[in-house]
Amino acid sequence: MDLATILQVLDSTIRLSTPLLLACLAGLFSERAGVFDIGLEGKMLFAAFFSAAIAAFTGNAWLGLLAGIGASLALSAIHGLASITFRGNQLISGVALNFLASGLTVLIAQTWFKQGGKTPTLEDGARFGEITLPFAETLSGVPVIGPIYAELISGHAILVYVALACVPLTWWILYRTRFGLRLRAVGEAPDAVDTAGVSVVRLRFTAVAICGILCGIAGAYLATSLQPFFSKEMTAGRGFIALAALIFAKWRPWYALMTCLLFGLLQAVALRFQNIDLGAFTVPVQVMDALPYILTVVILAGFVGKAIPPRAGGEPYVKER
Amino acid sequence: MDKMPAWADAVLVPLISILLAAILSALVILAIGESPTEALWLMIDGALMRSSGWGYTLYYATNFIFTGLAVSVAFHARMFNIGGEGQAMIGGLGVALACLYIPWPHWSIALVGATTAAALFGAAWAWLPAYLQAKRGSHIVITTIMFNFIAAAVLNYVLVNVLRPKGAMDPATAKFPEATHLPTFQDMFATADNVIFRGSPANVSFFIALFACLAVWVLIWRTRLGYEIRAFGHSETGALYAGISPVKITVVAMLISGGLAGMMALNTTMGEAERLVLNATEGAGFIGIAVALMGRSHPVGVLLAALLFGFLYQGGAELALWTNIPRELITVIQALVILFTGALDNMVRKPLESIFLSLRSKGA
Repeated sequence: MDLATILQVLDSTIRLSTPLLLACLAGLFSERAGVFDIGLEGKMLFAAFFSAAIAAFTGNAWLGLLAGIGASLALSAIHGLASITFRGNQLISGVALNFLASGLTVLIAQTWFKQGGKTPTLEDGARFGEITLPFAETLSGVPVIGPIYAELISGHAILVYVALACVPLTWWILYRTRFGLRLRAVGEAPDAVDTAGVSVVRLRFTAVAICGILCGIAGAYLATSLQPFFSKEMTAGRGFIALAALIFAKWRPWYALMTCLLFGLLQAVALRFQNIDLGAFTVPVQVMDALPYILTVVILAGFVGKAIPPRAGGEPYVKER
Repeated sequence: MDKMPAWADAVLVPLISILLAAILSALVILAIGESPTEALWLMIDGALMRSSGWGYTLYYATNFIFTGLAVSVAFHARMFNIGGEGQAMIGGLGVALACLYIPWPHWSIALVGATTAAALFGAAWAWLPAYLQAKRGSHIVITTIMFNFIAAAVLNYVLVNVLRPKGAMDPATAKFPEATHLPTFQDMFATADNVIFRGSPANVSFFIALFACLAVWVLIWRTRLGYEIRAFGHSETGALYAGISPVKITVVAMLISGGLAGMMALNTTMGEAERLVLNATEGAGFIGIAVALMGRSHPVGVLLAALLFGFLYQGGAELALWTNIPRELITVIQALVILFTGALDNMVRKPLESIFLSLRSKGA
């Protein structure tokens, strides 16, 4: 394998990791505040459709992004209503939202575009183009470092850099701000937060809203950048891989980055090589597909370091007993 | 003192939830520019007015009874088995292996063998998540989700690389031998001059599903194990105090749940396709969640809810055929049913409770 091939695989790793990372950080905010969210998949799908649809109508990728975020926030609002206000089962609400997104996107796509649940392919202005970082051209002649900078680091859509920037930002918010401290506290001991005079309901709604925004960006990236259109079920389980990554990262932002890069690499390798011949035996492509899930089960089983979720996760908060 | 009479809890709350879901669905149909009444009439016409329509409705209902019961049994132990889809896939693998590699003399014996294989394979796929929940405290919802994806990868591998006949293009097993053909409703009920259920896939496994309803009812309310499962579901500490082992109940309840989900494959794989295909489950594992929620985890409720969803599925196919409404409308309805009967339960329940309380205080 030469440098060019390795660079190609790593390059597509970054592209494929981006939606995982955004969704993973989205889940991180929500679950750290004590609201489980298995509806990441649905929110991404909903956002993907509305971003592609609005971008197709207006020809503007940024309006598409806004529409995607709005759509995802709408689902977040339902999730918040069900799991915070009405103290329903957060898991069931997530399942319902996944189905809602999967059904409504096709239904609306068929009504608006009549292309079998797809949107038209987006023109140049309606999708996020690739950004060439400064000096990429001049440096590309330098051996090893040049191609790495020009191909791997430079030349991605802006949302890729947004996603990467979200990692330190998330870390800073969670561990260095008052809001972050309260957010983490409300996921561990909501009664303590309540006693301190801080509204549990407002904190959790804020966390769920942040989750919606990040899922919206993730969905918009899928349909206006990674691919220039929306197609039926285009998230293809990414929301669940992100959920797996979140557990694998044990609900911490920097580990989330590492895990998402790892899972992205697995996807990139599966895409590039199909069956991998190791001489003695062949690794079938299905192993690559299943590996993120298998790794997560191993981590969950606690044989390689135990993953302990936020203590109040999944429990609706009842003020007075 | 109960806040509501039992009948209101069992009947009124689900009915209002379904009504809300139906109203929203009608609004969705209006929004995409079609008429809800016409759509409903088309669905009734296609699913219930002809015997072949009933054949399809009951075929789908058979799937949903199995997966609905699977989710219900886990619910009674206060576990959310979201892995019915994966368990049904692996159950299908069991059915395929039993049908392909054992020379059955007659379909009835084959049915017994395949049922056993389906239940064993489905239960086996539920065992590890159950064990991890019981022993290592890893959350059953997350592990069963992961196992759905792993099951899909396993099935994909087995169908593409192992069980696919030489030279065949599509990832599916060879056709099952003739001796494993299950009698369809047409075989059973049609006469020479009165052909009913023509060409529809409903088959004898519908009766196994009915029997499963009865068996689950007996299990949950008339046996010691069922009592232990319910006690564990109500209060883990209470059950522990009564000498019930949480590990045992968790694992056993999940094995039963997985076995029921696996048996769904009898209907699709042995009864209909007569070979194992990639997408044999068609999402029925997830519809089980809606069915169990709507049926309040009671076998009678599950049966009724499964019939309703069978009607929706067949009616939805008719809609897609005759109008511009895509089949995905059913997914939306399903989502709304799960949302209202599951997640937003308190939104319906709380106002009702206060109404009943005020009625009672007036009466007293």
